[in-house]
Amino acid sequence: MAGYPLSSEEFKDDLAKGILTGLKCSACGEWTLPPQAVCSACGGAELTKGRVSPAGTIRSYTVIRVAPQGFKPPYLVALAELDDGPWVLGNIDGLGEGIGPEEAGMDLIGRRVQVGARFPAPHPQRAGSRPAVFVFTLLNPDIP
Amino acid sequence: MREVVVLGVGMTPFGVHSAPLRELFAAAALEALAGSGVEGREVEALFVGQCLGAFEEGQLNLAPFLAAELGLPASAPATRFEGACASATVAIRHGALMVAAGVHDLVICGGVERATAMDTELATTTFAMASHADHEGPAGLTFPGVFGLAAHLYAAKHSLPLPELKAAMARVAVKNHAQALHNPLAQFRKEITVEQVLSGPMIADPLQLLDCCPFSDGAAAVVVAAAERFRDRMKVPVFLAGLGQGSAGSLLAQKDFTKSPARRASIKEAYRQAGIGPGEVDVCELHDCFTIAEIIASEALGFFEDGQGAAGVMRGETGMGGRIPINPSGGLKAKGHPIGATGAAQVYEIVRQLRGECGPRQVEGARIGVVDTLGGDLSTVCNLVLRRG
Repeated sequence: MAGYPLSSEEFKDDLAKGILTGLKCSACGEWTLPPQAVCSACGGAELTKGRVSPAGTIRSYTVIRVAPQGFKPPYLVALAELDDGPWVLGNIDGLGEGIGPEEAGMDLIGRRVQVGARFPAPHPQRAGSRPAVFVFTLLNPDIP
Repeated sequence: MREVVVLGVGMTPFGVHSAPLRELFAAAALEALAGSGVEGREVEALFVGQCLGAFEEGQLNLAPFLAAELGLPASAPATRFEGACASATVAIRHGALMVAAGVHDLVICGGVERATAMDTELATTTFAMASHADHEGPAGLTFPGVFGLAAHLYAAKHSLPLPELKAAMARVAVKNHAQALHNPLAQFRKEITVEQVLSGPMIADPLQLLDCCPFSDGAAAVVVAAAERFRDRMKVPVFLAGLGQGSAGSLLAQKDFTKSPARRASIKEAYRQAGIGPGEVDVCELHDCFTIAEIIASEALGFFEDGQGAAGVMRGETGMGGRIPINPSGGLKAKGHPIGATGAAQVYEIVRQLRGECGPRQVEGARIGVVDTLGGDLSTVCNLVLRRG
């Protein structure tokens, strides 16, 4: 699409290869990710594509126990702040061997994560979208 | 800009209705018109908030059908506004602006919703459509989930032990249910206890069932007019003195979304237009879709310093007789939350509070009231300041 700095299709193609592509703003230096038309921090339009580190820190989480169609509760949804600045929303698929999402606690906040992705089948009521979901893998899990 | 008055208000009971959207809205609108001493054929335009009619009834383009129901003339533009749960407030703001600008002298605004026409799974699915379809929806984020994230983020940010925050959240639920006892139009008119809130089933951690507002049906309507032509008709004129609306991106784009940048921008503009600050507000109807949402909103509206809202609830400052009574109607939590109608019902309550018509839930001597309505992931916020003349 003319003028759009990084289409969500290209972003997801990179994501499928394990690459997090962001947009760095020439004006304020902040990264925008997932992509949008202009810098999400300052509105600057001069953006350069670049590789963003997949390392981040959990800032919040919730356990969804009443789910929309097509989802099987319970599951964890979390917000992570990437080391390069952007915040992303995704799932934590596993807390560790034999630990269910119901056992998540406030000690998740501040845990270091690596950001990956998975690509579920399109949702029946979201015909126009190609879903991609960030998946956070906990680093250095505290195994008792 | 011209001065804008509210002539009349109307509202259906909130709860479960089998009547179609048209009939629900007409019931509220006829009450508002009758209270205003005007007829539908005199009304120059209609602005209606409506969110999920496509799923509830398979109905799009509802607004002109509502205008026809009410006998508005063919010359009256009728327009539906969709701003998720803020739809009706956004509609009222736009109607008021059209009057302020001199385009119209007399308009009807409001909102209507029938969420219980959908089952819980479909309602959860369609409500979640107000999240970012590309960046949030695919992770299975729900609206309780948004505010579950908010509660944990708030507790971590302010180093508040989660049990302390949960206790304050439970107090919000108990307070709003107690206030709804005196509201004959409320969906829930039963007292609840902190113990009941804290023993309910978990919906989206740390939110339990009674931290959440219900799915609801209902409608509310407001007749808005040019003060220069209509103020003499009113015993107690109520002016729409400040109209704010703010916008923000997805939760992740907002980063710490509990700061609610859209709300701070919106209320700043509403206060500026009204020439007041938060200390002058006598009564507030704010967006307590979840208990944590009331705490976050009470800070962003300027009633508490950041991080102090939970303590303010525990001190009773937001209750009846407190420093700033919040949600005397029972709020979304207990009055009910038919999402497209909610903002109009908040205006209904504030207008009646400023007129001194609220009986046992009256905030004595209230002169200035604030409406706060949030849509989506704190992405749309609309604020109105109303003032008794």
